[in-house]
Amino acid sequence: MEDQANPSKVAEKVTKADYKVDQPVKWCAGCGSFAILSSVQSALAESGVRKEDVVFVSGIGCSSRFPYYINTYGFHGLHGRAAVIASGMKVANPNLDIWHITGDGDSMAIGGNHFIHLVRRNIDINVLLFNNKIYGLTKGQYSPTTPRGSVTKTSPDGTIENPFKPGELTMGAQGTFFARVVDTEPKRMKEVFLAASKHKGASVVEILQNCVIFNNRIHSEITGKDVRDDHQIFLKHGKPMIFGKNHDKGLVLEKSRLEVVTIGENGITEKDILVHDAHNPDDTTHYMLVRMTLPEYPVATGIIRSVSDTTYDKALQDQVKEAKENSKIKCMDDLLRQNSWIVK
Amino acid sequence: MSKIKPKVIEVDEIVVKFAGDSGDGMQLSGSQFSDTTAFTGNDLSTFPDFPSEIRAPQGTIAGVSGFQIHIGHKEVTTPGDQADVLVALNPAALKANIAWVKPGATIIVDIDYFDNKGYKKAGFVEDPLNDGSLLGYNVVKAPITSLSRASVRDLGLDIKSAERTRNEFALGILYWLFNKDLKYGEQYIDQRFKSKPVLAVANKKVLRAGYNYAETVEALRTTYQIHPIESRTGRFRNITGNIAAAWGLIAASEKSGRDLFLGSYPITPASEILQELSKRKSLGVKTFQAEDEIGGINSAIGAAFAGDLAATSTSGPGLSLKGEAIGLAVMTELPLVIINVQRAGPATGLPTKPEQSDLLQALYGRNGESPVVVLASSTPANCFFYAFQAAKIALEHMVPVIMLSDGYLANGAELWKVPEMSELPDIHPPMVEDNDEDYQPYGRNPETLARYWALPGQEGLRHRIGGLEKENITGLVSHGPLNHERMVKLREEKVQRVANYVPELELVGEDTGELLVIGWGGTYGALVSAVTDLQEEGKKISLAQFNYIKPLPRNTKKILESFKKIIVVEMNAGQFAFYLRALYQEFNFIQYNKVQGIPFMISELKEKFNQILEG
Ligand code: SF4
Repeated sequence: MEDQANPSKVAEKVTKADYKVDQPVKWCAGCGSFAILSSVQSALAESGVRKEDVVFVSGIGCSSRFPYYINTYGFHGLHGRAAVIASGMKVANPNLDIWHITGDGDSMAIGGNHFIHLVRRNIDINVLLFNNKIYGLTKGQYSPTTPRGSVTKTSPDGTIENPFKPGELTMGAQGTFFARVVDTEPKRMKEVFLAASKHKGASVVEILQNCVIFNNRIHSEITGKDVRDDHQIFLKHGKPMIFGKNHDKGLVLEKSRLEVVTIGENGITEKDILVHDAHNPDDTTHYMLVRMTLPEYPVATGIIRSVSDTTYDKALQDQVKEAKENSKIKCMDDLLRQNSWIVK
Repeated sequence: MSKIKPKVIEVDEIVVKFAGDSGDGMQLSGSQFSDTTAFTGNDLSTFPDFPSEIRAPQGTIAGVSGFQIHIGHKEVTTPGDQADVLVALNPAALKANIAWVKPGATIIVDIDYFDNKGYKKAGFVEDPLNDGSLLGYNVVKAPITSLSRASVRDLGLDIKSAERTRNEFALGILYWLFNKDLKYGEQYIDQRFKSKPVLAVANKKVLRAGYNYAETVEALRTTYQIHPIESRTGRFRNITGNIAAAWGLIAASEKSGRDLFLGSYPITPASEILQELSKRKSLGVKTFQAEDEIGGINSAIGAAFAGDLAATSTSGPGLSLKGEAIGLAVMTELPLVIINVQRAGPATGLPTKPEQSDLLQALYGRNGESPVVVLASSTPANCFFYAFQAAKIALEHMVPVIMLSDGYLANGAELWKVPEMSELPDIHPPMVEDNDEDYQPYGRNPETLARYWALPGQEGLRHRIGGLEKENITGLVSHGPLNHERMVKLREEKVQRVANYVPELELVGEDTGELLVIGWGGTYGALVSAVTDLQEEGKKISLAQFNYIKPLPRNTKKILESFKKIIVVEMNAGQFAFYLRALYQEFNFIQYNKVQGIPFMISELKEKFNQILEG
């Protein structure tokens, strides 16, 4: 297994078709997950990663059926636990390119603890969080990301809980990569997935995914063709934070708060607009960006944060290597003989 | 001071108990003394007894920490029922232990702590040294604290550090009493205080001071000689159950060529397994301290999928939390070792006290029909072999294996004849060659029924598995009713077939007789002593100690048929008896149970067996 030592070495040209399975994909017709699957397959074909090194690991939920629908190594785990299953895999074989597929119930409720610890450890795993703000597979109960007041099967009078924002949790857990995309934009999804795959560390991608059955159009204020340019800002590192149909709106920092301004009004020029620095180790601005909500702000999409830091898997590999080089105990017999004596 | 020439008596065995405050370093004193006795060729068995609070209020019963050691010229199998010598560093230690001291025993107390304040804290109404309650014991009132302080006066230590040496003074008395060479104690101290030379000097001085003091004490005129155990040659060391279990896993990793991964979460009394393995990176061991018990086992399942020898270590409450994930390993048919160091429950229970009450949980404590292999170690040292065996079975049969240890084995230590790696059997996991065209995710070895283990990264073997029911051979998700039933039976059959690969049960004693004593796991030491004692008296009694719980050894039924009466002895309310009754309804199983968080005493076992033999 020469190749395993070098996952970037591609033995043969891989195409999107290599990642298709011959089994039927069983999401509801019109589910946002189809577009995500297709974008992931395109990203993988372009990523240059050996196809045998790719592993998809999931928990439970509609999104978590994903591993059955893509021709790679795959593991369908338990509700909420895929983050740790994936962590164990990565530690066991750091050459693997691991994708952890999860939903808002799987990663923010039952698996919330594992999610923050995966991020905190910065293990080199790509997390695709399908956020449809509802429980789909169990048929329509509210989730930890459901907006306050929503009427669902288990909140007939409206929810009385504040929702989580996955981006805030990621920042709170010292995440090194956070991006947000919408399921209606395949090109951007592919671009972001590729960046997540390249990033060394835990890469969290929140995908605003539409559940046609239980929460249809939950994201339409952000994704709708007519509104998306005004209601979304697609961030690019090094580029000014400009958005809007007419490219005339932008973000500035006023008294340590983000503010939306219009270029050309009140003497504002393009130069006054904040330039996105995704690589800034200080996450203050990233934190403000992930919190932006309608109607005051556009919703931030694209790569919001991407900074480099040591990964858990690499640090552990280094410790093992060092121990092997320096320890006097080279094999089990050496250990067994420690502190022992011989009786003749 | 006049030195009295002591009278030396040769004895076969002796039981010593040290007790003091949990802050007094009792456990370290215990290991120092046990290392010395092991080095001088004695057989030994030890048992630490500590409170679950790290520092309970000083001087109270709740804060008493103890360490018992049984030293022998012949083989010893338990830490001993009752002590021949008790060292009590404060009144609470005396009060907590007096019930477990033999009549006529020597009791060494630190007289400096025996004052009204000390009595009150310990809950004594009268001064126990003068109220007549210790008549019949040989009481040595040693000014341990003041003499310890005096002997380090010139070293400029602060009062606290000076006082902390007092356990060495007590040890010094014991070295004298048992004719042990001080050099072993000094070596231990040098090792322990490697980075604090002043403390090393102080402790060695105090150890010697205690030794010298003992020479002058009239009450210690008689000393004891326990000769080295004969007829034993080879390499030896002293080992606790937790360290032995950790090492068994590493040995299996080396034999199988699969790196060892331990995903775990700290829990009493299993934490030393995680601690020990985290030190063994030079042998390729990777430890992952997860955010919780569930994370520990799930990370191990991930590692197993990726091709490591994967394990998780825990105690009862953790096993409860891991239940769902064990089911996942059953369904995905991955190799996984779960070491459960049992403690008294339910809930938090008595975290530092041993019990055997997780047996049914290990067998059945999961949703669905979820069969796993269950093994139990029965001595501190054989935790090595059964952890190795658990890994071998898991890897070769592609099945989760639970190994049951307990707090008594885990923290207890004994002399261990160290094996060479070449003496251990090979391990052959069912690996698959790259691009094997016949590979199917749930294709099986026809003999063992183990599915083949293809690893991510291998060429031409991409596949997907998970917690949904699988179709046999193809491994595709299947909701078919008949397929499910077939798979339920297949998973059970795979576990049952493990019996073809493990040894038959060997009895201690004759193959037939009046009374068959059945035990499993950690009760071995007490049971074997009790049973062999009665055999020497001519009683027709034999012991069947089970290490293989599921599947049971092939000859189990034959053994049950060969005795008139059967008694099942357990530290729980009768779980193994319940299991045996379900499997062998034709036999009558008498029960003898103790659920007090303390091990059986040999004396109470003998009494019970005699009663049944006579009845
Ligand atoms: S229920 Fe919703 S999320 Fe689930 S497959 Fe159907 S549309 Fe997709």
